[in-house]
Amino acid sequence: MARAVTNQRKALNTALAWIVGLAIFFPILWTILTSFKTEADAIANPPILFAFDWTLENYSEVMERSNYGRFLSNSILIAGGSTILGIIIAVPAAWSMAFVPSRRTKDILLWMLSTKMLPAVGVLYPIYLLCIRLGVLDNRLAMVVILMLINLPIIVWMLYTYFKEIPGEILEAARMDGASLKEEILYVLTPMAIPGIASTLLLNFILAWNEAFWTLNLTSVDAAPLTQFIASYSSPEGLFFAKLSAASTMAIAPILILGWFSQKQLVRGLTFGAVK
Amino acid sequence: MGRITLDKVRKAFGDVEVIPPLDLTIDDGEFVVFVGPSGCGKSTLLRLIAGLEDVSGGQIRIDGNDATMVPPAKRGLAMVFQSYALYPHMSVRKNIAFPMRMAGIDQAEQDRRIESAAKALNLTDYLDRRPGQLSGGQRQRVAIGRAIVREPAAFLFDEPLSNLDAALRHGMRLEISELHKRLDTTMIYVTHDQVEAMTMADKIVVLQAGVIEQVGSPLELYRKPRNAFVAGFIGSPTMNMLTGEDAAKRGADTIGIRPEHVTISTTDGTWKGTVGVAEHLGSDTFLHIHPDSDPSKTMTVRVDGEFTAHHGDTVWLTPQEEHIHKFDAQGLRIK
Repeated sequence: MARAVTNQRKALNTALAWIVGLAIFFPILWTILTSFKTEADAIANPPILFAFDWTLENYSEVMERSNYGRFLSNSILIAGGSTILGIIIAVPAAWSMAFVPSRRTKDILLWMLSTKMLPAVGVLYPIYLLCIRLGVLDNRLAMVVILMLINLPIIVWMLYTYFKEIPGEILEAARMDGASLKEEILYVLTPMAIPGIASTLLLNFILAWNEAFWTLNLTSVDAAPLTQFIASYSSPEGLFFAKLSAASTMAIAPILILGWFSQKQLVRGLTFGAVK
Repeated sequence: MGRITLDKVRKAFGDVEVIPPLDLTIDDGEFVVFVGPSGCGKSTLLRLIAGLEDVSGGQIRIDGNDATMVPPAKRGLAMVFQSYALYPHMSVRKNIAFPMRMAGIDQAEQDRRIESAAKALNLTDYLDRRPGQLSGGQRQRVAIGRAIVREPAAFLFDEPLSNLDAALRHGMRLEISELHKRLDTTMIYVTHDQVEAMTMADKIVVLQAGVIEQVGSPLELYRKPRNAFVAGFIGSPTMNMLTGEDAAKRGADTIGIRPEHVTISTTDGTWKGTVGVAEHLGSDTFLHIHPDSDPSKTMTVRVDGEFTAHHGDTVWLTPQEEHIHKFDAQGLRIK
């Protein structure tokens, strides 16, 4: 018998879920609201939630002061480039680990994941020096490669778990049916793996988009993405709260919209394999 | 044509030799069943023939040509997997067409073969469905259809019926036997179910720990098992095995007697015992009897369905001497 769930209990759970959901969303909402306030309203105490004079002046000022388009195109290039490059490298890696594992495959996977446990700042110094030596500080291509390397373990892991779910017998059947390795990958594996590849692409695009540590430390002007755009409006005194919020809203808006439209795909990718 | 010869074929995974050098010939048009307990190497042997595993030594010949190093796609064999292994993103029609598409067969011929396979397998109404929308039996038929259209030199079946329920399994067994009669193509069939082996095979290969224990027709194996393992494995319920005084008296280490070769009486006989469980199948009844000499043992006796016996009844058993199988200390049959 299923657990007896009363309506009252259901209502309580729903309310609780809404509260938690709103609490998580609140900082984003607050940022968006603040971006429409005047600087004075933004720092008003007690804070004003809705009853303020709505204004777009922050946006126009931000647009005037900074070249949003350049930051945006850098973000798209760095996030998109690193994700695509990562997928190209991760697909064969995940493929071989899922379908022709060796005795050490599990160890390699864990080792790759362990690189994510290292605090990034621990390797900042060598990577920074390396960038200087190679003359690629504030270079878009270098950022593509670095962010790809940062996210590669996650891409490989995600694809690996996804490929693991594809029964090896289906690939063997394709082999028996006369498919060459290329045909096997093209006609059987890829169509079956497309949902997994898509959600991996999406998640890693978001991760790379939001990545702030490396982009803030290794770029300044030429390769600066939207994270630098936000940072340029932060000041320790907090005098430009409204403008900072406007910049933040402009930086997160594209990814928020992308995430909203692809949430189904994203949730599926993140929970895939949890339930067969 | 589909004559398959295994010449000292050997398979090892690392240091573990799962199949010691083994010789076997499968004649064209034969229905051969590999049977044995799980882990006996029967599936591995099939996969070696298919080319899905590489041999560690020896040679595989198909119609006289060395196929040892030939990739699976080029061996001209078709395989039906236990899990069906259908392509979930393709319709039934595309699944069946896939091997022909890979072989570059023209569209008209593809359509003709699909129609004829679908008709033979009762799949005509389902051609545009996805595998996910089919029942287990239908899926298995699609897998068979995909194998048929290739017109292979031999069909390989890897426990194809073990995912089906009992009623379907019986139906599919008949369908596969029927198919073999119609196509007259070599079929190699792997199963752990000795009933499938007995009912379908022209030739049974009994395997244990990668070693062929016996090769022969179902009735040969049933009547003249080469050793105690085969005697115990083939036949259901299994053969009664006795050691000690009863065996020594007949000049053997172990003697075996099938359940239908024991005569039962309520008055007198060779062994006295007590009825434990009676399984009534309608036409037959299997009585599980604990002999008084050693009540921890169980002897199975097959009696007519009309014979009534209940738990705790005392009965007498007499073996039919001409049907007693004798085995020596190594378990080998004494002629």
